[in-house]
Amino acid sequence: MSLISVRNVWKTYGDDVVLERLNLEVERHEFCSIVGASGCGKTTFLRMLLSQERPSRGEILLDGEPMDEEPNPDRGVVFQRYSVFPHLTVQDNVIVGLEFQQSRLLGRLFGAARRRAVEQAEEMIEAVGLTRARAAYPASLSGGMQQRLAIAQALMRRPKILLLDEPFGALDPGTRAAMHELILRLWRSTGMTIFLVTHDLSEGFQLGTRLLVFDKVRVDPDAPGAYGARVTYDLRLKQRPFDAPGDTVPDPADDGVAATAAVPLANAQAAPA
Amino acid sequence: MARLLNRRPGRLAAMHLAVAPFLLIVLAYVAGSAVRLAENPNDKLLPAPASFVETAQRMAFEADKRSGDYLLWSDTAASLERLGLGLAAGVAIGLVLGIAIGLLPYVTAALRALVAVVSVVPPLALLPILFIVFGLGETGKVVLIIVGIAPFLVRDVALRVGEIPNEQLIKAQTLGASTWQIVTRVVLPQILPRLVDAVRLSLGPAWLFLIASEAIAATDGLGYRIFLVRRYLAMDVIIPYVAWITLLAYTMDLGLRSLSRRAFPWAVTGDSRS
Repeated sequence: MSLISVRNVWKTYGDDVVLERLNLEVERHEFCSIVGASGCGKTTFLRMLLSQERPSRGEILLDGEPMDEEPNPDRGVVFQRYSVFPHLTVQDNVIVGLEFQQSRLLGRLFGAARRRAVEQAEEMIEAVGLTRARAAYPASLSGGMQQRLAIAQALMRRPKILLLDEPFGALDPGTRAAMHELILRLWRSTGMTIFLVTHDLSEGFQLGTRLLVFDKVRVDPDAPGAYGARVTYDLRLKQRPFDAPGDTVPDPADDGVAATAAVPLANAQAAPA
Repeated sequence: MARLLNRRPGRLAAMHLAVAPFLLIVLAYVAGSAVRLAENPNDKLLPAPASFVETAQRMAFEADKRSGDYLLWSDTAASLERLGLGLAAGVAIGLVLGIAIGLLPYVTAALRALVAVVSVVPPLALLPILFIVFGLGETGKVVLIIVGIAPFLVRDVALRVGEIPNEQLIKAQTLGASTWQIVTRVVLPQILPRLVDAVRLSLGPAWLFLIASEAIAATDGLGYRIFLVRRYLAMDVIIPYVAWITLLAYTMDLGLRSLSRRAFPWAVTGDSRS
């Protein structure tokens, strides 16, 4: 059974159709890149996966069940900005998910419970390379560090699905490359399913095992809102080896698509579907 | 020659500039007082600075003949108690209603219009009603302060809550937070520094309503005393009292500001406007 089934989903705002007739099956441990022009419903789709918005028609199933109507820990998220809590230190930002889970009334852990949470957080903070910034507040972190923190925070509740909404859009190229490496490493080690919305086509090719292109098939020049976007291309990129030994860095040699897609796009599009 | 807007005073010069207007006011007073007293030694309007010291000493360190109280201190205690109660209740109402209106759509729908209407009612126009309903005791005065500042605090807190990026609220939900947990761990801590600022801004109105209600119906308090001795043109009492009120208000403002800076280090690094 696929992890996510999107069944004939439409999203309309009044008379404006944003998405129409979406049908999609996504397997466990897939890395779906979602690309498309601005305003073609990529983010709307992500919001529906998050339950921030509901489909106007159709349904989205998670593990064969209709998805929860509210955002919940099944689905973690990293936005482009504002994903972390400015009033908490790096460490507190990471353990806050455990605190929400284990302390319903106070939302805070004390004593031994807190020490256990801190230990767990330690590991995650190290995985994203923020150990030295543990006591810092987000405002004093760079953009890349803030996003790494947001990822660590989202992963603490072990979501089945991680939704990334242009998380690297505001970062400089060097930082972005490091983030790509980080997210691939975490993806491999956790076995979660990732949806990545991006403006950057090469980023989509480089990271994804599957590339979804959202676009409008029909356009009525007199009524731009009359028709919505659909998935116009659904490319299966080369499957990456999941648990290749010691692969912390995507290796160009055995990662055909990931390496070549960055440069010649036409080449990557010809990758086996 | 640099443009005027590009010329900045040095540290020392800035300090001198800051002190200068105060000195000027004091000098103007001393000069005016000297001129008037030279003409009429019994002049009541601008008494000599020495008489302030004398009066202040009498008010602060000599027991009142009639009541046996040290008037300055008993007045101060009475006023600060009213002010404190009014501020505390106002802040509590502001926090609870403000967060509810800012965060919960149902409460927004039910209360936002009401708060908007209530906040334009001039509190002093309600004073007679408060005195009729609550009597001339302490309750009416405290309620006047509450009525005066709570609507502003409610609206300000609600606005600040609305400014918290939706992404944060969604993120908290994906981490499993309940509404209550979001209020206590995400919204409230981020609102507190703004609340301190809002309270600083409402200190002025709070004092205004306090003095007004004491002036109309009270048997003690700083405002009561000022309006009592007004009948005797006792400027030598009024002016030290006004100076004392100013000092109290300024100290509160300073205290709140340093509290804000020390208690919310994340807000200082994050917000250059503070």
